[in-house]
Amino acid sequence: MEQKPLKKIDIIFGWDDNCTPIQVVEKSVKKTPESIILDMIDSGLKGRGGAGFPTGLKWKFARNEEADAKYVVCNADEGEPGTFKDREILDRVPEKIFAGMTICAFVVGALEGYIYVRGEYNFMLKTLQQKIDIFNQQLHDLKIDFHIYLRSGSGAYVCGEESALFESMEGKRGEPRNKPPYPTVSGYNGKPTVINNVETLVYTSEICRMGPEQFKALGTHDSRGSKVFSVSGDTPIAGIYELELGMPLKDFVDEFGDGDTKAIQVGGASGHCVPRKKFNDTIIGFEGIPTGGSMMIFNSSRSMYNVLHDYLEFFTEESCGQCTPCRIGCQQLLKGIEAVKKGERPPTYLNDLKRLTATMKIAAKCGLGQSVANPFTSIVDNFREEIIY
Amino acid sequence: MVNLKINNTPIQVEEGTTILDAAKRLNFRIPTLCNHPDLSVAGNCRVCVVEVKGARLLAASCATPVSEGMEVNTNSEKVRIARKHVLELLLSEHNADCTKCFKNGHCELQELASEYRYGDHIFIDLVKSGDKVLDISSPSITKDASKCIRCQRCVRTCTELQAVSALAVVHKGDHQTISTFLGKPLNDVVCTNCGQCINRCPTGALYERNYIEDVWHAIYDPNKFVVVETAPATRVALGEDLGIETGQRVTGKMVSALRKMGFNKVLDTDFTADLTILEEGTELLTRLKKALVDKDETVKLPMMTSCSPGWVKFQEHIFPELLDNLSTCKSPQQMFGALAKTYYADKINIKAENMVVVSIMPCTAKKFECNRSEMRDSGFKDVDYVLTTRELAMMIKQAGIEFDKLEDESYDNILGESTGAAVIFGTTGGVMEAALRTAYEIITGSEVPFTNLNIKPVRGMEGVKEASIKIKNTKPEWSFLEGVELNVAVAHGLANAKQLMETVSSGKSNYHFIEVMGCPGGCIGGGGQPIPTSAEIRKRRADAIYAEDMGKTIRKSHENPEVVEVYKEYLTQPLGHKSHELLHTHYKVRKRY
Ligand SMILES: Cc1cc2nc3c(=O)[nH]c(=O)nc-3n(C[C@H](O)[C@H](O)[C@H](O)COP(=O)(O)O)c2cc1C
Ligand code: SF4
Ligand code: SF4
Ligand code: SF4
Ligand code: SF4
Ligand code: FES
Repeated sequence: MEQKPLKKIDIIFGWDDNCTPIQVVEKSVKKTPESIILDMIDSGLKGRGGAGFPTGLKWKFARNEEADAKYVVCNADEGEPGTFKDREILDRVPEKIFAGMTICAFVVGALEGYIYVRGEYNFMLKTLQQKIDIFNQQLHDLKIDFHIYLRSGSGAYVCGEESALFESMEGKRGEPRNKPPYPTVSGYNGKPTVINNVETLVYTSEICRMGPEQFKALGTHDSRGSKVFSVSGDTPIAGIYELELGMPLKDFVDEFGDGDTKAIQVGGASGHCVPRKKFNDTIIGFEGIPTGGSMMIFNSSRSMYNVLHDYLEFFTEESCGQCTPCRIGCQQLLKGIEAVKKGERPPTYLNDLKRLTATMKIAAKCGLGQSVANPFTSIVDNFREEIIY
Repeated sequence: MVNLKINNTPIQVEEGTTILDAAKRLNFRIPTLCNHPDLSVAGNCRVCVVEVKGARLLAASCATPVSEGMEVNTNSEKVRIARKHVLELLLSEHNADCTKCFKNGHCELQELASEYRYGDHIFIDLVKSGDKVLDISSPSITKDASKCIRCQRCVRTCTELQAVSALAVVHKGDHQTISTFLGKPLNDVVCTNCGQCINRCPTGALYERNYIEDVWHAIYDPNKFVVVETAPATRVALGEDLGIETGQRVTGKMVSALRKMGFNKVLDTDFTADLTILEEGTELLTRLKKALVDKDETVKLPMMTSCSPGWVKFQEHIFPELLDNLSTCKSPQQMFGALAKTYYADKINIKAENMVVVSIMPCTAKKFECNRSEMRDSGFKDVDYVLTTRELAMMIKQAGIEFDKLEDESYDNILGESTGAAVIFGTTGGVMEAALRTAYEIITGSEVPFTNLNIKPVRGMEGVKEASIKIKNTKPEWSFLEGVELNVAVAHGLANAKQLMETVSSGKSNYHFIEVMGCPGGCIGGGGQPIPTSAEIRKRRADAIYAEDMGKTIRKSHENPEVVEVYKEYLTQPLGHKSHELLHTHYKVRKRY
């Protein structure tokens, strides 16, 4: 499989005084929307919010919709445990997000954009609003008909799921909707909406600044470019790092581990747990294990039962509760591993629970319930003894 | 049109059709729980999932539209396993004490559980217990959270159809539940007791407060004289719970069954429906006279009907500023009770204190109504117990009566005779039509200008209906109405009522008279009627109502001979002194929260 060595990159937080975000906008709106879409598709950029949908296609779908209003929404709900990169981006280079949103709006034909910021980040709202005001003024001066608004989230993890996020923005309970229709057809207020992650939007403006070639040169065939990682857990150097995609997990462990790494949870609570024996042949990217950016490192002092227990508690609480497989499934998984641990159920009960996660993966209504199988099976399969004894 | 295959059978359906509906057309039944034909699509129970070739996820068939070339399997191994898991999960959370459950035998969850017969319940018991689980605060509605599968059908009913929003989803994850505002008792919140949520709850989590044992007790008590009254809409729906086809009238069988059960007198709320028309019609004409001739500005128009107690309570909570627009007439049920324990008791020589009045209603709000403190004008509780159509069906079964074999019998009298006008009270537009038949004739001396007396513009299932009738050739005493265009409106279901009230409240309407029924379709779709309900079922019941009307020799309330007699012997005249005492009431402002 194609792979790249670990390499630190400086695109997201870099600053080009000769081409500031607003200048990128100015330059981009002189092109045709079609050519921007082609650049996006050509760059290979995929969504950085977790699901990895090709950004250029998403924009194209929204552009092709006929509607009296369209919206651009920046998903800054960042609720995945172990992820804190969007916060850093919002803090350090918000103008790049605004630029990405504006270019997107230009492409799809939206006049309003919203940034939905996680409730826990309310402390940064004031500064962010000031920066938005300046940017809106600059857009006004450039006679670009687009306005950015700020929305504060309600603090529920599920509100990061795009359709629940729209419900929440509409003042309703944050419950995911049925799909189809997808957001590009019916999103906020039932109108065609592009929703992108914070980081995705920054890359779009960067691709417009530097051209798709430079971006495409990074990463692998299925995972173009670089990505910002939130590194946490048993590491001496926790923090935010932008790395080229396509590196083997081993490189990552060598760089960030504490020398005693037992497992890495790639992609947060809803991601996959990779044990040491698989570090060599696991690639970080869409062809291997995709991630929204969270990398949690566990050393040999950690009990994987506790890790799984924590995750299941998280999902049990954070499920919106509307659909059966997720609301009750999560509770059963949590109670189930407790029962196995206590000897109230035989170890083989774990197989029953794994079958349950297989159902959750295909029958739950949204990504939350569908992804509980990831940590469950990867931890149970690789650390079965720790769960039982 | 879209072409697809379901279980290898090709079918062509319109774009936008769900997989569920397409499968239905091929006679493949897919189990459902959260789906209901009257409500928006939720897609949350996941019991209806099917496999679509090439898709990573199973699709909720109730929520997924068909697409060209789709290949669906409704019974693949994956589907069966998922369905089994969903059902087992629901049951693991469910207080499944079916034998003690009011919905035993009428429960969608139970039906599925028995259909799938899973012996191996592998999951851990998650049933919650505790004092918050059971809410028996309301005289109409009982809520048992331990039976709730969170399908949200009640929530959608209460918001979409009724615009009341007494129930909402609160909290998330394992704490997610269906709750009233701040978890207050149902009786202390804005709930109108309409019971529409009950009609759509697939389980025993919502059901009527039942008075079956109390009524048997009264029947068996040798010192009690038990009188029963039956509402117009019960006779076109009762059969559904007793093995008779939807839309069949069972009036005579019902009377026979009630007699066999041991009620001392079997009388008819339809009688007081006719009486209501005289009182309410006269009230309307009096209001019109005061407003148009005397220019009395304290008189409120449009006048609104008051025979639907769910609607009345809705108005008390939501539009208190319009309470003076409500007719002061009690509902036919309560007029009946008040007359029964006064005039009628005297007439048949029974002491009112020994009389028990039981009413059979399509309605749960009437249980609340009979407990209102205003409803004791006879000096006693005018109506003692209200049973729903469903409760009556249960009692008939308990009594061992083979309903479908019964011969038709007639009501006792007096208070048993009724006209076609009274029968149509049971469906939306009926009160309006009955009132117009009588009022027009009072004013002009001739019949309403509609073929066969059928006032078609106020019929049908449209949410809000409007009509205008030009009054011509008035009698001298009504000459002020000559040439007046009488504007009326009819709404059914509280969401439609709310919409209508907003225009009235804003002063933008020019109606004189408005009929509102709290339930979709009117009483035939009442919260106490047999379950299930759907537009189709309501239509068939309504058709039966109109057929019953056509079958009556007398079809105008003022021609009901017993009504004429009661005025002669007792009440003297509509809106007379006795009427005010017994047949009219007042309303109170209630808080919204
Ligand atoms: C439970 C759940 C939580 C999510 N939380 C986030 C989030 O916090 N931020 C985010 O960008 N995407 C989140 N997503 C993914 C979004 O639904 C959506 O796919 C994403 O915002 C699309 O943007 P992208 O294409 O730029 O990745 C979440 C998804 C699920 C199922
Ligand atoms: S999967 Fe979980 S979070 Fe998603 S809709 Fe179902 S209950 Fe809600
Ligand atoms: S709600 Fe249904 S399944 Fe539950 S106890 Fe009652 S009858 Fe049984
Ligand atoms: S009885 Fe009617 S108003 Fe009350 S909760 Fe049920 S649907 Fe809502
Ligand atoms: S009370 Fe009934 S209708 Fe409401 S969510 Fe529970 S089971 Fe569904
Ligand atoms: S019936 Fe389709 S999800 Fe409930």
